[in-house]
Amino acid sequence: MLVTGASGMLGRGVARALSDRGDRVTVLQRRPAGLGLPEVLTDISDGAAVRTAVSNQDAVIHLAAKVNVVGPEAEYERINVHGTRAVVNACLTAGVRRLVHVSSPSVAHAGSSLIGHGAHPADPVAARGPYARSKAAAELIALDGDSAELAVVAVRPHVVWGPGDTQLVARVVDRARRGRLPFIGSGAALVDTTYVDNAVEALTAALDHCVDARGQALVVTNGEPRPVAELIAAMCRAAGVPEPSWRVPVGLARAGGTVVESLWTLTQGLRRGRTDDDPPLTRFLVEQLSTAHWFDQRLARQVLQWQPRVSLDDGFAELQRWYTHGGSAAPVDPR
Amino acid sequence: MINRLLVAPGIVAEVMRMPGVNPVWSRLVPAIDSAGEPRTWHVLDNGVAPDVGTLLCVHGNPTWSYLWRRFLSGADPGWRVVAVDQLGMGYSERPNLPRTLASRIDDLDAITSELGIAGPVVLAAHDWGGPISLGWAERHLDQMAGLILTNTGVAVPLDADPPILIRLARSRVLRELVCARTKTFIRAAAALSWPQIPGEVRRALRAPYSSSQRRRAVAEFVADIPLEAGHPSRVVLDDIASRLGELGGVPTLLLWGPRDPVFTQRYLRDLQRRLPHADVHRYARASHLVMEDAPHAAEDAWMWMRSNLTTPARGPGSERPAPERALDRQPAPGPTLLRSVGVAAGSDDCPAIAELGRGETQVISFAGLRDRVGALADGLRRVGVRPGHRIALLVPPGLDLTTTVYACWQSGAVIVVADAGLGWRRMADSLRSADPDYLIGIPAAVAAAAAFQLPGVRVVAGEVPRHLRQRLGIQHSMEELVTAGNGSAFLDASRGNLDPGSAQSSEAAVLFTSGATGPPKGVVYRHQQLLAQLEQVRALCDVNPDDRLVAAFAPFALYGPALGIGAVVPRMDVTKPGTLTAARLADAAAAINATLVFASPAALRNVVATSAELTAEQLSALARIRLVLSAGAPVSVTLLRSLREILPRAELHTPYGMTEALPLTDISLSELEEAGSGNGVCVGRPLPGVQIQISPLDPLGVAAGPPDPSLEVSGEICVSAAHVKDRYDRLWATEKASSRDPGWHRSGDVGHLDRAGRLWVEGRLMHVITTADGPLTPVGVEQRIEAKSPVTGAAVVGVGPRGTQQVVAIVVPQTRAAVGLASHQLASAVRAAAEVRVAAVLVVGALPVDIRHAAKIDRQRLARWAERVLAGARAGRP
Repeated sequence: MLVTGASGMLGRGVARALSDRGDRVTVLQRRPAGLGLPEVLTDISDGAAVRTAVSNQDAVIHLAAKVNVVGPEAEYERINVHGTRAVVNACLTAGVRRLVHVSSPSVAHAGSSLIGHGAHPADPVAARGPYARSKAAAELIALDGDSAELAVVAVRPHVVWGPGDTQLVARVVDRARRGRLPFIGSGAALVDTTYVDNAVEALTAALDHCVDARGQALVVTNGEPRPVAELIAAMCRAAGVPEPSWRVPVGLARAGGTVVESLWTLTQGLRRGRTDDDPPLTRFLVEQLSTAHWFDQRLARQVLQWQPRVSLDDGFAELQRWYTHGGSAAPVDPR
Repeated sequence: MINRLLVAPGIVAEVMRMPGVNPVWSRLVPAIDSAGEPRTWHVLDNGVAPDVGTLLCVHGNPTWSYLWRRFLSGADPGWRVVAVDQLGMGYSERPNLPRTLASRIDDLDAITSELGIAGPVVLAAHDWGGPISLGWAERHLDQMAGLILTNTGVAVPLDADPPILIRLARSRVLRELVCARTKTFIRAAAALSWPQIPGEVRRALRAPYSSSQRRRAVAEFVADIPLEAGHPSRVVLDDIASRLGELGGVPTLLLWGPRDPVFTQRYLRDLQRRLPHADVHRYARASHLVMEDAPHAAEDAWMWMRSNLTTPARGPGSERPAPERALDRQPAPGPTLLRSVGVAAGSDDCPAIAELGRGETQVISFAGLRDRVGALADGLRRVGVRPGHRIALLVPPGLDLTTTVYACWQSGAVIVVADAGLGWRRMADSLRSADPDYLIGIPAAVAAAAAFQLPGVRVVAGEVPRHLRQRLGIQHSMEELVTAGNGSAFLDASRGNLDPGSAQSSEAAVLFTSGATGPPKGVVYRHQQLLAQLEQVRALCDVNPDDRLVAAFAPFALYGPALGIGAVVPRMDVTKPGTLTAARLADAAAAINATLVFASPAALRNVVATSAELTAEQLSALARIRLVLSAGAPVSVTLLRSLREILPRAELHTPYGMTEALPLTDISLSELEEAGSGNGVCVGRPLPGVQIQISPLDPLGVAAGPPDPSLEVSGEICVSAAHVKDRYDRLWATEKASSRDPGWHRSGDVGHLDRAGRLWVEGRLMHVITTADGPLTPVGVEQRIEAKSPVTGAAVVGVGPRGTQQVVAIVVPQTRAAVGLASHQLASAVRAAAEVRVAAVLVVGALPVDIRHAAKIDRQRLARWAERVLAGARAGRP
């Protein structure tokens, strides 16, 4: 098996889980992941290198992506779109049987509230921001590769977090420690998240049920949406930092001008990748922080024969243990 | 042909793009009109071969066939559905000359024969489409398999004041202005609805009337309303109306929007009088455009056709018997409620009713009551009350109410009782739905009836100054009727019994539900059902002649005389159960040495809360009480235990039931203690003669299957007993749904039977939460939260789409907190207590409850609020 993008929290988790259960795993990313597994170090858009890595593999889990909210659009295009095309082409050429493409729920919506939504088709035109647009195109490319020889399934985990998460959790904790973390609006918007172990298990399940699930896009979450303020407060408590105590009204935040760092879109693709500079607060980010995002999990659970094993509260307890036992309290500086 | 059309080419495409229209329905059909001219009609036609029959839909003014789109989309197999645009209307051709009623009937004939409509036909008509299609129906009696009329009429009174819009439209100049030159009339027709019809539908409704040229027929249609005696269409309309009896054998359904200012309830009453076999469904919130305001009307109509048109083909001359009407039946011999008044009484001199007022106590003996009832019944007959007439009663419990109820029954009338606890507006809406012939009320109620323009001859129970009587439209007073009756030959109770109107099978009462989950519904009882209820109460209380009753619970308060025992009404406002204090209960008990108490849970809560004020004398009066019956809402063990302290000898019983069937089960305090906690409220075992089964919930929370005797399965509670309601009043579809399993009434409550045969109530069917893990009923979770977390009240609701809902707990904390998200501590405590996954915990100051019982939580309202809050919206309070 080949796991691309194994340097992020989710990618590492998947690679380890597969290797722990006895699969022969190779990982592919730009820098060494330090997992003690065979590695291919390359840029995902390098077609020839990817072809070489894929040959002789039975299955591929493709996580490599550019996840930040900032950066030139061409970079997203190159890594997310061309990278995915390289992987799909390589799979087809090499006769790989199964491809699990890791996508994002943001590929199918335009920034409004999502209340109990299923997985609608990816829409690069409606998707908001370069990340979501490029991931939408990538998902369409991946699913287009589904064919008699290659079974492709797209899995869209929503907001993955857990111990060692440099994206959402570390950022929240860091801002909260510096007193720079506000709530936007009432903080009551219901938001789905996915504890990392559950996301890992959903991806391995997708690998195992790839043939039954082929051609589909499935949203994966814990199925336990919570008000966004509760989620952030729980992360702060787990890390032992003060909970946010101030509030920015939606109207004010939306009116713009103020530059407030965001938690949300920054981390939309938080499965792997790098952290660059925080973007300013945009209208889109305000919408994301003040509107509901939660999903209909029935299809994913049925097709993948998977259930989230770790509850949200158990996840927070795990996070707290991690911080207590020397988990790095500061965000890991990727550079 | 096309050049004759005054419409732009491409009209079909325009219709095809409209919401709810299947593009293949729209058709242009050439035919020869009533004047022999070739014309082009536009129709919506599903084009299905009419193996079963044809549903022909005729619109009125100023609408078009679009109004019937749901009748097409929801059609049963084997049905051709055709909705015609009348000439000059919709997308049909605009002829040069105005049409009249007669020519429109001919035109309809022309287009139906062109369309090849043969074989059985069900006609559906709205507004002025009614007279036109009835004219057609009278010509095609052999084809008529069914008739569906919605907000229409055939009897335009000469004396009545037509609504302002129609009056404006009567003057030629104004008519041009209102109907043709401006869009006033077109817009007004769609503006009658509240809540508003969606914009895209309103645009579709007025799309064919975009220019004054295209609106010409709208004005002409108004001009053709025969408001005057000499109007040319008058004779045609009168002929249609007079021949309506010929449709007596045709199954008929009247679908009605009571908020229509044009076709008001008087038209419904007139149609019911002419078509007494008709089934009726009133959509309480619908206005003139019933099918828009009640989108499920089409579905209901199809359900009605399925249940009523089992033999679609009807040869000429064959007779279809009309459904049997109760009032046509021969009276069956047997006891009535009335007879029990006299028979059971130990002694004529015994007090029958005592009424505790401010300082004074009014008492009447059984003999006195019987005389007064007889006199009033006779007085009512003298002013025209006949068996089957409906009499609305707006009199608080006490001597006058008891007298009036039994007098109504003695005269064969049907009492209509709405709860003042509903508030004036909802009470008025309820009474109007029952369309009473008479209304008896205390002065304030009669004044309200005048203000709300309630129908019915007004009789005042009390004193009203003469000048006000006229202004309030009061025709009689109760005392006048009693006096008039007194002068006549003495009427004894047994003579009343011989009155056919009082026989067992005739209707006795229309009672209203509390409206906790929608507009209050009228529930019709026949005498035999009320008698069965009386016997249930008698058995439940083991009534013996020495008993005396404190009647603080309206439904049963009236049964004192029928049980043959004296009753006392305590000093309280029955609309506010909280006005019954411990002292007032004790004073009432002392007044007649009471042994029984009927009171609502809310009243008993207040009795416990005020028990500190009791004197030794009052305590000893309460110590004589041997039984307390409290129904209407669950009663907590804590409350019952506190009650036992002030009512030491009393057995405490809390029967379960509803307006449609009461009582069904019973449980005492000791049995409640024995049952312990479980999923829901334990309401005990079914009473003798009562059968209870469960229709299990499917994963989407629907109780689709038949009643099932399985234990430990959650589902809709279904009941079968002699004292279950006869039917819902003028709610054909609701009745059909509630009684779809023959012999069973679906209660709308969810619950389960345990292994000991006890029933547990888990909430309302419409409050079931449908999570991805399956359905979840709210009451059990609420009880756990209330028991194990620092809250005084909790409601559990679902947010999100059915089948994938999230659970939200809405709580009233013991210590005041801001409305909105609960604190971390509170949320954690509630989540731990709930034992199910709770997405969010929200705080409110108080839970919205119904007025009657102050106990039924409006979870739908809370769910809507929670959904707004948790979408991130600013939502205020629920």
